[in-house]
Amino acid sequence: MSTSKLRILVPVKRVIDFAIKPRINKTQTGVETKGVKFSINPFCDIALEESIRIREGNKDLVEKIHAVSIGPTKAQDVLRVALAKGADTSTLIDVGEEEVEPLSVAKLLQKVVEKENSNLIILGKQAIDDDSNQTGQMLAGLLNWPQATNASKVEIDGDNVTVTREVDGGSDTLRAKLPLVITTDLRLNDPRYASLPNVMKAKKKPLEKLSASDLGIEITKRLETLKVEEPPVRQAGVKVESVDELISKLKDLKAI
Amino acid sequence: MIAMLCSYPRCLDHSKSFGSHCYRNYFTVLGLFCVYFLHTIFASSQYFSLLVPIRSYSSSVPLTAETYADKVQRNQAYKKLDEGDLAYFQSILEPNQIISNNEDDLAFYNEDWMRKYRGQSKLLLKPKTTEQVSEILKYCNSNKLAVVPQGGNTGLVGGSIPVFDEIILSLSSLNKIRSFDNVSGIFKCDAGVILETADQYLAEQGYIFPLDLGAKGSCHVGGVVATNAGGLRLIRYGSLHGTVLGLEVVLADGTIVNSLDSLRKDNTGYDLKQLFIGSEGSLGVITGVSILCPARPQAVNVAVLAVDSYESVQKVFNDARKELSEILSAFEFMDETSQILVSKYLKLDHPIESDSYPFYILIETSGSNKEHDDEKLETFLGNAMENGIVLDGIIAQDETQLRSLWNWRENIPEASQMQGGVYKYDVSIPLKDLYGLVEAANEKLEAAGLVDFEDISKPVVKAVGYGHIGDGNLHLNVAVRKYSKEVEKVLEPFVYEWIQSKKGSISAEHGLGFQKKNYIQYSKSPVEIALIKDIKHHYDPNGILNPYKYV
Repeated sequence: MSTSKLRILVPVKRVIDFAIKPRINKTQTGVETKGVKFSINPFCDIALEESIRIREGNKDLVEKIHAVSIGPTKAQDVLRVALAKGADTSTLIDVGEEEVEPLSVAKLLQKVVEKENSNLIILGKQAIDDDSNQTGQMLAGLLNWPQATNASKVEIDGDNVTVTREVDGGSDTLRAKLPLVITTDLRLNDPRYASLPNVMKAKKKPLEKLSASDLGIEITKRLETLKVEEPPVRQAGVKVESVDELISKLKDLKAI
Repeated sequence: MIAMLCSYPRCLDHSKSFGSHCYRNYFTVLGLFCVYFLHTIFASSQYFSLLVPIRSYSSSVPLTAETYADKVQRNQAYKKLDEGDLAYFQSILEPNQIISNNEDDLAFYNEDWMRKYRGQSKLLLKPKTTEQVSEILKYCNSNKLAVVPQGGNTGLVGGSIPVFDEIILSLSSLNKIRSFDNVSGIFKCDAGVILETADQYLAEQGYIFPLDLGAKGSCHVGGVVATNAGGLRLIRYGSLHGTVLGLEVVLADGTIVNSLDSLRKDNTGYDLKQLFIGSEGSLGVITGVSILCPARPQAVNVAVLAVDSYESVQKVFNDARKELSEILSAFEFMDETSQILVSKYLKLDHPIESDSYPFYILIETSGSNKEHDDEKLETFLGNAMENGIVLDGIIAQDETQLRSLWNWRENIPEASQMQGGVYKYDVSIPLKDLYGLVEAANEKLEAAGLVDFEDISKPVVKAVGYGHIGDGNLHLNVAVRKYSKEVEKVLEPFVYEWIQSKKGSISAEHGLGFQKKNYIQYSKSPVEIALIKDIKHHYDPNGILNPYKYV
């Protein structure tokens, strides 16, 4: 198998929009989701953009880009966005309003990988709602595939994929053969806008709807959220009139 | 497990590229001019809270009094500030409310952000209460000291800048939110509250300030009322003449007029507050505003479209009004050159990548139901694409993209002046002739051999046009490499005559200020001008309020 065609799977998550300040609900069990704008998770958007760029940069290399989302029925909005930006087909795994932990997500994705016969998975390194940063790694483990996390550059040459990763204080370059799991970091690319003609075309692209049980997975929870609270409020500063006052204040605070 | 709430930007912040636009723009602008109106660019950017206005003051802006020596001389009837006056102000204000005889500190208030006008005021007062405003004016009136009321200093016609040595009365310390009634939506605040602060406060209550404009991060609520600013959402929420319910105003002699009503209906004779809306500080100083705020839309969409001609812009507008009707909240057009300039300014490629087009349109919808709005907008856009009027377009898919798209419209003012300066004309013209002014101005400048987009030896870069189609409001920006009399002579009074010939108005929303003081006759009849002068004389017999400007 020298030059296999790429069948890319891009999982996308519907999250509260990055630009919106989340608020805690009254019962302190989570974040208020009513009347709040939801969008595609920024890291997922980058993963999607990367898969589209791979297709644009390597003629005939990509057989298809399949987007998948696990979430409530409304998660089909983010799939429509994915289709409008360049995914060919999509699957919604409707789990209702229930929160799904990374392990269950990875198990569901494993089934989709098998179903779609994917050989490259590009996904965000984390979702900005729960910041777990686990799904890609768990999925690679379940599939027993190599993984390259926090990618800032992806190059494909035949069956060899070279990934530059962001690490503390520098970069780390890896090479692996397909099949492979890549998780994306912020510097990888700048996602595009959905063009009007493509938004129209996306309405006709396939969006398959499944439930977790259709894939033979039972969603179980291992963690219980006890309480969600705001970070402590920062105390306001004080103005001083003179250097002497500044020094005496600092002394009062035992800072000097 | 105890989960702490993740503040979303955190995981994005450590790696700066997600916010790279913000950082990049900020430094570009910093190099060019002041930080002060930077808020116009990233209205909601969290990065700004850290910034302090730092401007180095080796000002190269010529003094208004010198540039326009042929037009205006200091009126010797006004008293020159002396030590006694200063001592009086020191007796009624705290030391930190007064800036005097410090050119560097005063420079910020003596100069406009376009670097076009520069006054020579020696004294800045920052009252904290309406009573202090009253005491100051009372004193100035009896001593014939001229005063310039100043808000956020984001004006475009030099209206808030002293011409000579007028005392600057800054409302920036009068900045408390007074009350909000979340049943009626009536919001009351001091004049010096920054528009964006007011809007953010209202957002928390589920309401919106019925006016939005590029300078929202700097401009004051009182300032926008005093100048009757129009802005981006006038098409949806109407003008301030309708939304303002009451005002608190201090007259020239110090009398406080309190009509800070919370009544939507009050039909008891003359509606006095209307006189002060758009009076540009010439009749009194607005210290408090009561305004009716609508519920904040739950669903907002933004699309940018490309079309091939100004005729198509009008067609799309007609269709949008019919098909989007009640959810249409902004309809802005921008010409090709304006977008090329913004692209250079932001150092970004235009989001519509397929080609460069003669005209672009920004459409915003605001409604209460996302599904409903999405469907309406997509049907409208689908039809417009199918029948060939719209050549290409993009729709923002998230809040970040939505704000980025607005940047391509809101950054035109800064982009037009980045090569040195800009002559701005903000005019109302009947829709069919609207863009004709930009073409006429370019022809005229070309005939005079003054314009070249590339050749830096020519003073003019190009005249660009954009604006609020929904309101018949064109912004003609003549981007220049330097301000010069030569260019000004070609443009004025040509532009005003052209507007008059089309029965337009020479000021749609910026006001007259200093720039257009001699051109009021192009839009108002002699009878109207006489009435205006009567009113001015009645309320400010000594003429101490904002002199040398439009009346």
